[in-house]
Amino acid sequence: MNDELSEDVRAAVGAILDGRDAHPGDFDRPLWTDLAETGFHLLGVPEEVGGSGGRLRDLAVVADLTAFHASRVPVAEAAFLAGWLLGRAGLAVPEGLVVASLDEARRTTGLRLSGCLRTPWARHADHVVTIARSGGERVVAVVPTGGGVERARNLAGEPRDTLVLDHVAAIAAAPADVDAERLRERGALARSVQLAGAARAVLESAGRHITERVQFGRPLARFQAVQQQLAALAAEATAMRLSADAAVLAVEADAADAGIAVAAAKAGCSAAAHTVAAIGHQLHGALGYSQEHRLGAATTRLWAWREEFGGEAHWQDRLAAAVSASGPWWPLLTGGAR
Amino acid sequence: MTATIELSAHRLDAGARRLRDEVRAFLDDERAAGAFVPRCDAWMTVPDPAFSRRLAARGWLGMTLPRRYGGHERSPLDRFVANEELLAAGAPVAAHWIADRQMAPSILRHGTEEQRRRYLPAIARGECYFAIGMSEADAGSDLASVRTRARKVAGGWEITGAKLWTTGAHFAHAMVVLARTDGASTDRQTGLSQFIVDLPAPGVEIRPIRAVDGEHHFNEVVFDAAFVPADSMLGERGAGWSQVTAELAHERSGPERWMSTVPLLRAWAERQGGDPVAARELGRLTARAWTLRQLSLSVAATLARGRSPEVAAALVKDLGSRFEVDVVETVRRLAGIEPRGGGPGLEGLLADAVLHAPAFTLRGGASEILRSVVARGLGVR
Repeated sequence: MNDELSEDVRAAVGAILDGRDAHPGDFDRPLWTDLAETGFHLLGVPEEVGGSGGRLRDLAVVADLTAFHASRVPVAEAAFLAGWLLGRAGLAVPEGLVVASLDEARRTTGLRLSGCLRTPWARHADHVVTIARSGGERVVAVVPTGGGVERARNLAGEPRDTLVLDHVAAIAAAPADVDAERLRERGALARSVQLAGAARAVLESAGRHITERVQFGRPLARFQAVQQQLAALAAEATAMRLSADAAVLAVEADAADAGIAVAAAKAGCSAAAHTVAAIGHQLHGALGYSQEHRLGAATTRLWAWREEFGGEAHWQDRLAAAVSASGPWWPLLTGGAR
Repeated sequence: MTATIELSAHRLDAGARRLRDEVRAFLDDERAAGAFVPRCDAWMTVPDPAFSRRLAARGWLGMTLPRRYGGHERSPLDRFVANEELLAAGAPVAAHWIADRQMAPSILRHGTEEQRRRYLPAIARGECYFAIGMSEADAGSDLASVRTRARKVAGGWEITGAKLWTTGAHFAHAMVVLARTDGASTDRQTGLSQFIVDLPAPGVEIRPIRAVDGEHHFNEVVFDAAFVPADSMLGERGAGWSQVTAELAHERSGPERWMSTVPLLRAWAERQGGDPVAARELGRLTARAWTLRQLSLSVAATLARGRSPEVAAALVKDLGSRFEVDVVETVRRLAGIEPRGGGPGLEGLLADAVLHAPAFTLRGGASEILRSVVARGLGVR
């Protein structure tokens, strides 16, 4: 998946993120503005609706790098989710910060929407894209924010708000073949990529720490027990990255095995998050446990993101159901029916 | 410190799908004809020369070798697809496995023209099987401490020493031997060379070693001043260590390093009885299997680009062999059956898997060694 174009995106986004100080608030608006200037905030969203175009794998690079840097920006919610919904419905991307709600709203009279909708980053958003249902019919709708936002945070301090709609008029709407379950799959894909990015941050920090930290007269890295732990951490982090990347390619290709790929990637990344965070903290010793250390920014994200859009149990059950529905196990693993 | 192991996700193309269908159809026919019963770890422990020759007749041995050496000039990824199908089916591929996997590429790369003509077409026909003489009684994980010596004599070399844990030497037609040609054992990696020794041979005694399951897969091969002609040296004198290291990327990277117990998992998956605990564990193992397959595929794709991903191969083998054991323990815990050696169905598959499991994390590099390779690859040590 490391083609030239993706590497260009990686280098350009890296240049924006490298050496940047952590933002004190829960939304790094200056960074978001910088990303938006070059269109990196809406990669993978069709240009016809006002996105930046490009492929899903390029968007995944942005999600990976912002996760690696623990950047406080809603790449997943804006591009993976809101942009995707707008693209599916052919609706223009509205002004300002646009995120998606994870739940379906009830559509009452006309285009008025109601419901308590989980909407990460809602407090900072100008518009929210939501799926709205009336009977069996679904539309994608855009609503302005303002007023009814109940604030909450995940373990990493990221905004995990609830948008309260009470007969709010949508400013735009169009039918689309989507539902909350497909949106959840999309979110699981984004979180898999982000989990892998955060795991890489833990790995890099641990590798640096054990070569610099001297105990018993030598760097920790000289101890075989420490080396073995780092290798175990690297193995899980690499598995996370490969599964997330492979799932991105499957979804980008709209392949028959895309659903299996996302389920396997999220189940795997969520399950591995503990191993990565635990070894990461163990290798850093007490130093990594202080809030000042950047390790915590990565590990709290691992702990939060592994549950979001379904933890491993949810996706393991989904895989088991897919096995029993499709019959033979091996053909399912290798890309669908023969 | 580099934070990443170089590996990149790869998607197989439509050609791979066609080949996969051909191999599956062949395996269905073979099973239907009673030609084999699926077994765990069959790539290591179930040789069937007739089966190997039937695969060869289909063009599924020596797949990547040049045509002039009897090969089929297919991509390494085609070879990956054919092999993962054979492994998933638990097919009896042990006779040719080592020859096809690592000796064919090694002879192609390091061998003389005469050696290539002599061995490669025979490997591709499924008629020439190899054993690997690396480990010794005092040189296991620490391979550089081998004591087997080759002494220059008129017209060739005299080999003296003993190789241990030599899989398949009792049916192999030839064996590659790592021996010291120069210097002393303190020279470690320098002064080692490889020889191809045709079997059986005078001065070479093959003694069976029975494994914990009572079966005979391993051997001790004793060389008592065994003469080999000068042209049996493989590659350069003194380059044995670097040649062996390059071989290890092939030895460690294949799908067999995570798939030894897939026949058991597959059989268990196909007889789920609605137990939600078992279903969730099946989901867990399925997710892991899916990821390991992507890892294995990406290593194969790296090899196909002409690189030698030693660190990635070590990492994937470490994860893969732990998964093989995880499958055994999960199925054992949840299937509610007792293993029965030689028995049919899940009971028989489980018996083989339980008895072979200790070898998974040892052979081809013990897990601890693999993790050292990974740590070094990350710039730590």
